[in-house]
Amino acid sequence: MRISTLLYTLKQGLKNVIRNKVFSLASMATIAACIFLFGLFYCVVANFRYMVKEAEAGVSVTVFFDEGISDEQIEEIGNLIKKRVEVDKVNYISADEAWNEFKEEYLGEYADGFENDNPLKDSASYEIYLKDVSMQSALVTYLESVDGIRQVNKSEFTADALSSLNSLVGYISGGVILILLAVALFLISNTVALGISVRKEEIGIMKLIGATDFIVRSPFIIEGMVIGLIGSAIPLLGIYLGYDKLINYIVEKFNILSTILKFLSVDIVFETLLPVGLIMGIGIGFVGSFWTVRRHLKV
Amino acid sequence: MNTLVQIENICKVYNPGENEVRALDHVSLQIDKGEFVAIIGQSGSGKSTLMNMLGCLDVPSSGSYLLNGEDVSFLTDDELSDIRNKEIGFIFQGFNLIANLTAFENVELPLIYRGVGKRERKELALESLDMVGLSNRIGHKPSQMSGGQQQRVAIARAIAAKPPVILADQPTGNLDSGSSKEIIKILKRLHKTGRSVILITHDNEIAAQAKRVIRIVDGKIIEDYINDKFMEE
Repeated sequence: MRISTLLYTLKQGLKNVIRNKVFSLASMATIAACIFLFGLFYCVVANFRYMVKEAEAGVSVTVFFDEGISDEQIEEIGNLIKKRVEVDKVNYISADEAWNEFKEEYLGEYADGFENDNPLKDSASYEIYLKDVSMQSALVTYLESVDGIRQVNKSEFTADALSSLNSLVGYISGGVILILLAVALFLISNTVALGISVRKEEIGIMKLIGATDFIVRSPFIIEGMVIGLIGSAIPLLGIYLGYDKLINYIVEKFNILSTILKFLSVDIVFETLLPVGLIMGIGIGFVGSFWTVRRHLKV
Repeated sequence: MNTLVQIENICKVYNPGENEVRALDHVSLQIDKGEFVAIIGQSGSGKSTLMNMLGCLDVPSSGSYLLNGEDVSFLTDDELSDIRNKEIGFIFQGFNLIANLTAFENVELPLIYRGVGKRERKELALESLDMVGLSNRIGHKPSQMSGGQQQRVAIARAIAAKPPVILADQPTGNLDSGSSKEIIKILKRLHKTGRSVILITHDNEIAAQAKRVIRIVDGKIIEDYINDKFMEE
């Protein structure tokens, strides 16, 4: 394939977009709507997951040891826990640290009466943070079987709720995106099919004077890809420009929830959204036009 | 070797079976390089089918076809496109120009398909438009030209890539007598420059302008003779 032929097909693809203005714009608008919704959905999901992740980071499992256990045994248990794949971080809290924290939190000035006495002397513990809250039950089952561990405290409800909420959001977003993709594919396919039918005579002439299948077909595929590219770039730009404003508005409006509402910065969101959005747009254009050309363009 | 077209025992059968139509029935034909041949026949005689075979637009049901020494009987679609682009310049009754392209762009098209660079393309396209007397119409679209002018653009397109064969399918069919004469003159001029011209027609008067006349009836060649009255342009 010579460069001049490639340039020609590229130029023809761009010309097709302009020649077929109305339908090209309609397809671009549809793809733009799809990618815009996808972008919004992605922002919501990414931020929600970020908030869940932040909340998950606070979910921990606490283990207490048998009475009279030695420091060496505690250290050994700690090493076993750290080796587990579910574990992200382990904090050791000695009996003294536990007592001091308790005094500070609940007794305040009345703690003086206890002096050197530590009612929590058997309350040394490991505070275990998980990589993923969905792994909690597996870890708890394991911990309960370890010798020297008296009690395992866990926050079953929080872990389960976060884990299932996370999955639910994933499933819903996946479903909506699939529907949007199907609509976009259908519309771009219609635009290309229309272009083919309008140019049937021209295609016949091209074949008569020696155009190969590649030369006949590729401008339509390029047309689809250009529509996809423009259709995805516009909403992505809109989301990029509007993201910060929206976040600031939400933060101001729901100030009371500022400890829960933690948002990703636009740059972090776009690290994924930009390439995925563009690839999706171009991909929809490519798949839609390629499929249509194979179906409708018998050269 | 001087043979351009070598057809041996070609048959073309449509709808094989009970309702089969035998458009070409064991046709054998040889055309040498530089010949000016008219293939004449009435509607339904098989001349268009023969033209489709000669122009690599269709493949025979049986028999063989060698164009410029290459067997083109069973090539793929893309290979046939390539042969059409390199070996044959087409002129059609309905001109077959692309409506939204200018005369220059229409002439340039087969050169683009051939991968000719921009500068060379421009030179060749202008040269062929000049040859058919349309240097002053290069920016005009088909709708802005008369039938005769459109057919001259089609001829310029056919000769731009300098193919060895010009295949003209009833090129004067849609033209008045003045334009028809002009087109035949151009074809004769092309023949004089050494090109092989194959003219398909149902008009005896047009066929009489060629040096060799082949008559086809019911898919069979019934007459093949040299025209003594042939006059060079």
